[in-house]
Amino acid sequence: MMPDEDRRKFSEGGPGRPLGAFLSGPFAVFGRSAIRWINNSGASVLFFFRAFLKIFRPKQFSKIVQQVYYIGARSSMIIMLVGLFTGMVLGLQMQSVLGNVGAQGYLGTIVALSLIRELGPVLAAIMITARAGSAITAEIGIQRISEQVDALATMRIDPLRYLISPRIAAAIVSFPVLTAMFDLVGILGGYISGVLIMGANSGAYIFRVQASVEMEDITHGFIKAVVFAVVVSTVCCFQGYFAHMRTDSHGAKAVGLATTSAVVLSCVFILLSDYIVTSLLI
Amino acid sequence: METPLIEFRNVTKRFGDRTVLENVNLQIYEGQVTTIVGLSGSGKSVLLKHIIGLMMPDEGAVLFRGKPLGKIEKTDMEASSVRISYMFQDNALFDSMTVHENIALPLRETTNLEKAEIDRRVMARIEQTELGEAAHRYPSELSGGMQKRVALARALVIDPQIVLFDEPTTGQDPIRKNAILSMIAQYQRKFGFTAVLVSHEIPDVFFISNRILALYDRKIVFQGTPRELENFEHPFKVEVIRSMEGLRDELTGLYSRRQFILNHAQLIGKADGETYSVVVFTLEGLGPIIATFGHDAAQEAIKAMGMFVIKHFDAIGGFSSRRNTNEFVTVLPYSDQAEAESILKDFVLDFQAYGIPELCAGDRRPTAADGSVEITVLAGIAHGQPNEDIDSILDAAKNQQKEIARLRCDGRR
Repeated sequence: MMPDEDRRKFSEGGPGRPLGAFLSGPFAVFGRSAIRWINNSGASVLFFFRAFLKIFRPKQFSKIVQQVYYIGARSSMIIMLVGLFTGMVLGLQMQSVLGNVGAQGYLGTIVALSLIRELGPVLAAIMITARAGSAITAEIGIQRISEQVDALATMRIDPLRYLISPRIAAAIVSFPVLTAMFDLVGILGGYISGVLIMGANSGAYIFRVQASVEMEDITHGFIKAVVFAVVVSTVCCFQGYFAHMRTDSHGAKAVGLATTSAVVLSCVFILLSDYIVTSLLI
Repeated sequence: METPLIEFRNVTKRFGDRTVLENVNLQIYEGQVTTIVGLSGSGKSVLLKHIIGLMMPDEGAVLFRGKPLGKIEKTDMEASSVRISYMFQDNALFDSMTVHENIALPLRETTNLEKAEIDRRVMARIEQTELGEAAHRYPSELSGGMQKRVALARALVIDPQIVLFDEPTTGQDPIRKNAILSMIAQYQRKFGFTAVLVSHEIPDVFFISNRILALYDRKIVFQGTPRELENFEHPFKVEVIRSMEGLRDELTGLYSRRQFILNHAQLIGKADGETYSVVVFTLEGLGPIIATFGHDAAQEAIKAMGMFVIKHFDAIGGFSSRRNTNEFVTVLPYSDQAEAESILKDFVLDFQAYGIPELCAGDRRPTAADGSVEITVLAGIAHGQPNEDIDSILDAAKNQQKEIARLRCDGRR
């Protein structure tokens, strides 16, 4: 049998722990996480606006061009590769499905619209997050823990202006361009698999692409690309910039965790914002 | 009374539950070298970061020329912070930039100078810090000592009014350590900036410091000159100063000042009326050596001088110490003036015969363009009486100084 003292402790929620605290524990953890999440969200928004305004300060142009090269130009190969295979898979699947319902002529429409409206902006953003976003977080995180960010402040160089603003500007420039590349190469991939491999009509494919894509579709795709640029660059820069303030780890491990968080959060926010933007634009 | 350039009034800083600084009061005066001494982890770097504004106090105020930092107008603050530099303990160099780019960064980002002018200023600092060969290399390709010098060059490139040095000599060998301190002292004299150092290098750092601040148990327990610190009786001295101060000076191998004083006390305690001789040497001409060969060469000369002193005086029962950067003192127990002069003659013959090969030979041999560089040794002898204050005897010997040897490295021959 359980001794009286032990039974009392058990009923109170464990040794030395009142029952009320035991029961409210999970809520407290949830509450703390929620407060932290809301704090971080607010801080991220302020972080973005403060950095965005500093894009237009003097001596920023060369740094932005350098970041456009890093985020944009150096991501172009991987974007084209992913775009090509995405288009090819779409071509294969759609040619097969449309064949079953006798609507093979609409292959160009489906490939072009699905790429321009949805797949292009989303997949391009996810690929840029994986390639450049993670590197941005790691680079800024290492600069933070090795006191390079503090060194900038002591030299009267605003770290937001020097490190963050050029990256946000470069993302806003690069994402739409890379999305356009993704779309074009994807449509070409659909042509290769649907027309050249599966035998769909070449003229019908090209005609449907031209006829079905309207300026509005392209504009919506670009709007999404710009929104994703803001989301990805802000999340990745924010995670790196505050890597030293993580409560779960310190030093190099904090940078590693910040990089993981940046990639995961960026992907989640890309999909979340995609839904919100789509629902607003439709 | 002079208004301090920087003043802490009852500054308290906490990190969570841990109080790092508690009611800290201190004054730092313009144009001086002030060194903050304390055990590792005692909050010295935190204190330094309050001066530059990287951290703000939880309680109390940091005053700049009598005004609280938080209340200074933004324009005044910008005008003042333009001239504050900070040299980080771990250098905080940008590893994706070359040495040249690192040093040029503050000029490029905070001034509207032409590229040619920036290059000129950066190259001048690179030359002064002996980094010529490393200008286009990355920090990761440099030794720890060279990285320190890059950080020093970057701190000095904006001609700052105040320079904060966070353990500038950590991880350096004795020559390089003293060369860095000598460099700081030289630049401080040349440019007149206010230097605030955090350092463990005792006694080396005392040679260049005007004031010492002792941080102990979260408070400033001492503010004064290095000489005043000698008479300061506090647990700080036992726990901190004595633990940091070795038996011997790392650079020269001579006794530390504390050990020298102890040896002297022992001597007059047991001599029972016996007298002794004191010799004070001064090595002159280090300025031109620094200008021609750099700071390392000057430290080599000081080291060599120390070795000559040990060879001729300590080997026969004397004990010696460094009193200043270029001043050496020797006590010869049970010796009269004639004996001291005789030993000094041998010293001079040996010094003239061997010279300082590290200075005038090999890579450091001066060229015709350098002309000739001279080192002069002055020496003065005084007779010590038991119960007489050592410092007054040393001063008497110094007053008797005359030239005893001259070493010339001539590039024109």
